[in-house]
Amino acid sequence: MSERPMPDRPAVILSRPVAVRARGWGWRHSTRRAWALRGVDLDVAPGERVLLLGPSGAGKSTLLAGLAGLLDPGTGADDGTGDEEGELLLDGVPARRARLEAVAAGTARTGLLLQDPLAQTVLARCGDDVAFGLENHAVASGQIWPRVQAALRGVAFPYGLQHPTGRLSGGERQRLALAGVLALRPGLMLLDEPTAMLDPDGASILRDQVRRVLEATGAGCVLVEHRVAPWLDQIDRVVVLEPGGGVIADGPPSLARDHARRRVAPHDSVHDHGGRWGAARAGGQEALLAVRGVAVRRAGLERAAVQDVDLDLQAGRALCVVGPNGAGKSSLALALAGLVAPSAGTVTASAGLTGTARTRHPHRWRPRELVTRIGTVFQEPQHQFVARTCADELAVGPRRIGLPDAEVAARTAELLERLRLAPLARANPFTLSGGEQRRLSVGTVLATRPQLLVLDEPTFGQDARTWAELVALLQELVAEGAAVVAVTHDEALVQALADDVLELRDGLPQQPRPAQERAG
Amino acid sequence: MSAPDLLGGPVGTLTAPIARAHPVAKLAISLVVSLALLLTVDGVTAGVALALELLALPWCGLGPRALARRGWVIAAGAFPAGLVTALYGVDAGRVLIGLGPVTITEGSLAAGLSITLRVLAIGLPGVVLLATTDPTDLADGLAQVLRLPATFVLSALAAMRLFGLLATEWQALTLARRARGLGDDGPLGRLRTLFGQVFALLVLALRRATVLATAMEARGFGAGGARTWARPSRLARSDVLLILGGVLLAVAATTAGVLAGTWRLLLH
Repeated sequence: MSERPMPDRPAVILSRPVAVRARGWGWRHSTRRAWALRGVDLDVAPGERVLLLGPSGAGKSTLLAGLAGLLDPGTGADDGTGDEEGELLLDGVPARRARLEAVAAGTARTGLLLQDPLAQTVLARCGDDVAFGLENHAVASGQIWPRVQAALRGVAFPYGLQHPTGRLSGGERQRLALAGVLALRPGLMLLDEPTAMLDPDGASILRDQVRRVLEATGAGCVLVEHRVAPWLDQIDRVVVLEPGGGVIADGPPSLARDHARRRVAPHDSVHDHGGRWGAARAGGQEALLAVRGVAVRRAGLERAAVQDVDLDLQAGRALCVVGPNGAGKSSLALALAGLVAPSAGTVTASAGLTGTARTRHPHRWRPRELVTRIGTVFQEPQHQFVARTCADELAVGPRRIGLPDAEVAARTAELLERLRLAPLARANPFTLSGGEQRRLSVGTVLATRPQLLVLDEPTFGQDARTWAELVALLQELVAEGAAVVAVTHDEALVQALADDVLELRDGLPQQPRPAQERAG
Repeated sequence: MSAPDLLGGPVGTLTAPIARAHPVAKLAISLVVSLALLLTVDGVTAGVALALELLALPWCGLGPRALARRGWVIAAGAFPAGLVTALYGVDAGRVLIGLGPVTITEGSLAAGLSITLRVLAIGLPGVVLLATTDPTDLADGLAQVLRLPATFVLSALAAMRLFGLLATEWQALTLARRARGLGDDGPLGRLRTLFGQVFALLVLALRRATVLATAMEARGFGAGGARTWARPSRLARSDVLLILGGVLLAVAATTAGVLAGTWRLLLH
């Protein structure tokens, strides 16, 4: 616990920092048999800034929900949403009661900021959205708008009160949500991966705003975040949780780096494969996919999302498509994957990739023909799940192409093993953690052994271990001769994987840069 | 799949007197006029109501283009409904056109005409209400003026916003099914894929709604205490006059129908 100099606080926004005390605290969701968390002993001093670490499934979000007073163990006849044990206190008051008291008092004890920008905007106008929490806390009507204005100024929000929330970008939505939290003057900010779904620029702006808010208000925070490094300089202390258990480590910020190193293959070793680029570039055989003058227009939109793209996708090479949000990366990926027809230009498959299909244009292939030739991993794994169990999910593709049962079973078993999903073979895909869902979605594509893989933000929101596994898997596939296209914001992925980089801005390709020059 | 324009939020000149009236006043007029026209199916009552509505239209701030864009659904229902009634409705009076089982008589033509007028006269105030009213303002009015439960009204308002995201999700799900190799077999297999896709859409929508509910709860929503309102919503004197105008319109139309002898209570 480090001492911080007393910051300058604007008179408008003042919070009373909150102390947290957990003793033997545990929570089990009523739909689960296992405890999400158990035996948590934790003290957080008022104003302290804590980073919460642990693998996915360690109950980090559950602890935040508990601190926010949102977990309801029920009373007597009322069942509630789960079972609680031990105690979780804010300033000596049980967290749930603390929330209800705060609502009555007009000032929140805690403020919660979640991951999904689209799911946090409540109302249609920016000012109304910030006012929403104040109304719920029964703040007198006359005080609401001054507090809304102050909160919006506090996050340097660039738009006025009447601006429609529908036109905000993901990063702006998160800033608006932060303002909504700030307006309630919480003494403890609960940040549940607030930048996980933002592009790097949006994430960096939001981090700065969070820092300013914490400094201006003196509030403490409990932060859950997979990408730890950029946050470390505004953190006092690191706490590590274990799945189904409690706190297994507690210490200074440097602990975060040790923790990452202990749990996963260090990123450095992943980056260290300089020799392969040279080898892959010497290839020079016919392109699997020749892309000429391609433009893509999405349904209902006048303007092309992306245009004038020329590319050759080679076997045994990886292409990373980068650029800011809205640059047309995902639209291009859909056209390369044969999922949408280009609105201009052509995407032509090589004779080898086309095989027995009737046409060389992937968007005209029948779905059955597509899956053995091009595999697509969507940004949101849940979009592509169609079966009830993980094993069935992996078997869907092989069955569609009419493989014999024995072969289907063999491929399924091999993939379950390779992706560390064997213990979850009978679990419903929708119930898996984020990292498990990502591995499964990649597996479903590999099951039909396509020669070309198209991945949209494959490392998005993944913890360090899944990240490293995924990168290793993709490197293997490229080494085995597959062509890989990855749309990504993740600079580390580009460094680790890319033979070529295509940068898009406003739907137009920028000067192509080989990855080697980029790395240097 | 295009989003229903009927719910597209306010358009047109929002400074026009009827457009900027209180949402609850506009809602009341719609209900009063609808009620008067639901009681009877006759061309005179519906025709007079529609004529008076059209007279009021210039004060609604909706230009012909905005009206066409928002109101075509109503027209698309009104004219076929009238036509079908004219062709297949109960025949009475002189036969105007006879083609085997399909006959248009004086009676069925009048019935068809009154059906069309009725649908238009009921629909028009609704189109004006939706096209000139911000859903947030309507929710404020429902909760503060009509005293509907705030939790219910605000939840519905928040849910409405999530509806817009469903179309995008549906597109992604469709593409993802193609990417999984699904959707190229017989009608039965297609139907199964479609059912699975609808189910997946529901699961995703439910999940997002759960996150939204958590975010709302974390900001004090539904804690059960009193609530204040950032945007006070009250009926002004002009709103009351406007509602009176709507009542007068309904009475005038009904009176005209009764005097003409065409007004007949439907549930008699």
